[in-house]
Parts: sequence; C-alpha cells; structure tokens
Amino acid sequence: MSLIRCNNVSFAYGGKDAVTQVDFEVNTGDYLCIIGENGAGKSTLIKGLLRLKKPSSGVITYGDGLKPDEIGYLPQQTESQKDFPASVYEVVLSGCLNRLGFRFFYSKEERRLAHENMELLGITDLSNRCYRDLSGGQQQRVLLARALCATKKLLLLDEPVTGLDPVIAGEMYRIIRELRDKKGITIIMVSHDVHGAVREADHILHLDHRQKFCGPTVRYINDPVGVAFLGGAVS
Amino acid sequence: MNTFFEMMSYPFLVRAFVVGILVSLCASLLGTSLVLKRYSMIGDGLSHVGFAALAIAYPLGISPLWLSIPVCIVTAFLLLQIRESSRIRGDAATALLLSGALAIGVMTVSLTTGMNTDVCNYMFGSILAMSKNDLYISVILSIAVLILYILFYNRIFAVTFDETFTTATGTRAQSYNMIIAVLTAVTIVLGMRMMGTLLISSLIVFPSLTAMRICRRFLSTVVMSALLAVTCFAIGLILSYLYSIPTGASIVVTDIVVFFLFLLIERIREH
Repeated sequence: MSLIRCNNVSFAYGGKDAVTQVDFEVNTGDYLCIIGENGAGKSTLIKGLLRLKKPSSGVITYGDGLKPDEIGYLPQQTESQKDFPASVYEVVLSGCLNRLGFRFFYSKEERRLAHENMELLGITDLSNRCYRDLSGGQQQRVLLARALCATKKLLLLDEPVTGLDPVIAGEMYRIIRELRDKKGITIIMVSHDVHGAVREADHILHLDHRQKFCGPTVRYINDPVGVAFLGGAVS
Repeated sequence: MNTFFEMMSYPFLVRAFVVGILVSLCASLLGTSLVLKRYSMIGDGLSHVGFAALAIAYPLGISPLWLSIPVCIVTAFLLLQIRESSRIRGDAATALLLSGALAIGVMTVSLTTGMNTDVCNYMFGSILAMSKNDLYISVILSIAVLILYILFYNRIFAVTFDETFTTATGTRAQSYNMIIAVLTAVTIVLGMRMMGTLLISSLIVFPSLTAMRICRRFLSTVVMSALLAVTCFAIGLILSYLYSIPTGASIVVTDIVVFFLFLLIERIREH
C-alpha cells in the first residue's frame, strides 16, 4: 500500500480552482519532486497534503502505517521570525511536540531525539546559538532537524534551497539524499530549481493548475512536457 | 526599606501589591507570545472592552469582574477570528473596537452615575479600587493563569514560533491560540482597575520587549520579562506612594526607563 495517495484531488480558493485533477501516489522510499511555475498550485498541494487545506473534490489517503500527523514539514523561509529569541535547541526540540500526547513536558527520550537529530545535521555546536543570528543554510538545517523530530517516515520540503547560494544548496541536497538513502525517509519536495529536481529526485510531478506529468524522472526528461520545461538543458 | 514597611501597614497597599505582582507576572509571560505573534494591540482592545463592561455592570448591580471577564474572553476570541479572515484587517478591527467600546463605556457612565472621578479612575487606574473580595478572586485567577501557562509552556512556544508547522504535525494550534487569548483576557481584566484602561497593555508589551533586547533564548526571555515586570511594578508602586503620583503611570514610566537602559546595553554589546 502506498504512503500517500491522491485520488483525482482538486483545491479551490473562494470557489476558484487553484489546482485540479491531481492524481498520484507516493510509496515508501520514494523521492518525489513537485515542480511548476509560480502560482501553479504547488504550495496549495503541500497544504493539502499537510491537511491544512481541504480538497474541493477527491480524496487523499494515508497508508502504510503513516499517521497524518507524522509528516515532517520544512516550511518556506519566512521573514517574520527575524526578531524571535529562540535557541537552536529550543527550535529543534519543538519538533517533538506531536509526541507529547497528553503530557505537558518533554521526556528524556525526546531530548535525546533532539540531540540526535542536531548531531545528524551537524548543528550540535550551534545548540545554544540564537536561531535568528544564523545564516540561511544553518537555519534550514535547524528546521530540517526539527522536521526529523516530528517524523520517522516522510519529509515534506517546501522550497528547501531557495535563497541559498549554490554551494550551500548543494550541501542541502546531499543531506536530503542521505536522509533518504540511510534512514529510509520518503521525501516529497517542492522546488523552483528544476535542474536540481531532475538530478536529485527519482519521481517528478509537474503542475500547471492541473497535473501535467507524473512519473519517474527518466521518463520526464524525454517527455514533451519535461523537454519543454527544461529547455533542452538536460541531455 | 523603611518606606516599604510603612507602605505595608496600609491594607489597601498590601492588596495592591499582591495583586499587582501576580498580574504583572501573568501579563509579562503572555506578553512574550503576544508581541512575537504580532498581537501587541490585543491588550488595548480588551481593556477598552473591559471598561465598557465595567461601566455597564455597575448600574446593573452585577459584580464587575463576573461581567467583564466573559465579555473580554468573547472579544479575544472574536479578535483572533477577525485576524484569520481578511475582510477587515486585524489592526483596523482593533482600532474600531477601541473607540467603539470606549464610546459605549463613557456614554453608559454619563447616563448612569454621571461623569465624575470614577471615569478618571477607570481610565488611569486606582489602587483604592481593590476590595477584599476582588483580592481573593484576583489571586485565585492569576495563580490559575500562571499554572496554565507553565503547563502549556512547550505548546505555547511551538505555536508562537511556527503555527503552520505545529498545525501540520497534528497539534491544534487554534486551540492554543484560544488558550492564550483566554488567559490574556483574564489578566487584562484583573489588572485593569489598578493600571487603568489606557495603561494596562503596557504590562503586556514592555517587559517582553525589554527582555528581548538582551535575551537570545525563549526561556530566558520569558524569565527575564517576568523578573523585569515584577521589579518595575514594585519600583513604580513605591514611587507612586512617595510622590503621590498615579500608580499606573508611575509603573509605565519605570518600564520606559528600564527599556531604554536595556536598549543602550544592546547597542553597546553590538559594538
């Protein structure tokens, strides 16, 4: 059974369709990249997968033992947290919130998990630093560590490399790939970086207000849709 | 120190001191979240509505706290809802609420008891307003606020830092927003008569903004703002006793001085 399955799903804002006829499934271990122009409905679909927005038609089912609140989410970088006093450790630990259940405080187990994930992403030495003082790449690692605290199975990454310089972006891609290969975490990523997407992901979902392509990357680069979008840059 | 013991020989000052410390604590803790969530103005909105509720409660013979607390909770709920939808923006809604509630309050007062020193007391606060009965209610409620805040601390942090992430990972952020709103409403009503409608929101905004000048962690910001709130309250109350100035104003002035002190420390550190 697949991890997430979208059955002919559509989303609308105030009666106007944002994206329609999305039909795909994600299996355990997949690396799926959602691409498309600005306003093509990528972020809307992400909101739908996170159950922050209800589909106007169709159903999304979660399977393979995935509870809908076990999705680790890396949001798009926002400017609003510029004045927020919070240490790296506090931010990472807050990813364990969905493990609390009816308890009020974090257990040793959860603190250990937070430390483990900081270690994994190489940010242990930043533990006591203030989140807002970090560089863009470091902040992304902190938020990725937080997302890992919330999930063992599926990461949903919204534009993880936007705004990062090429070297840091490459590093970010390497980390994401390692999480998939070594920890078996399924990856769904939204990206502007089409070439990065084609290089990294093994499945592509191309949106343009509706689903234009969904399938393995190998097929995408030879598909007319893919060829047109990539502008012949990948041979 | 002598001044302090002299003050404590007046029962009404003891009451003011106890309630003031507790309310300042609650307000400063909640304030950190409210300021960071861009809800700084919610305190003002609630206190004006609370004023209208007080003005209506007196002629009806209802205990003022019992009317204004539910009214403020409902208002807090509505304010948060308005912020979510975008027909009328949050700041505009708050502005409407401020003047609307003030007008209703002033009209009620002038039609019933007439414009007198009472109105001045509502506006700028009076430590004489605190009766023994009020004391008990205030102490119980503010301790309840403190306990709830501590119990929900981790959730409040998560919701304040990143509401979307918290919702996405299965925590109902909206209900914790409601908890923050309810706690704020209770705190505002309790502190309103001492600080006055016009000054109560300073208890929410100042300590956390001051603490943020030098603190780099959420926990330390919260603790620091609680310490600052209590200290500034005590200094303000003593000053108001010594120089016979209104308590609310003297506390706010103390807050301002400390804020600029911390701002200076921040600037010096940066260089």
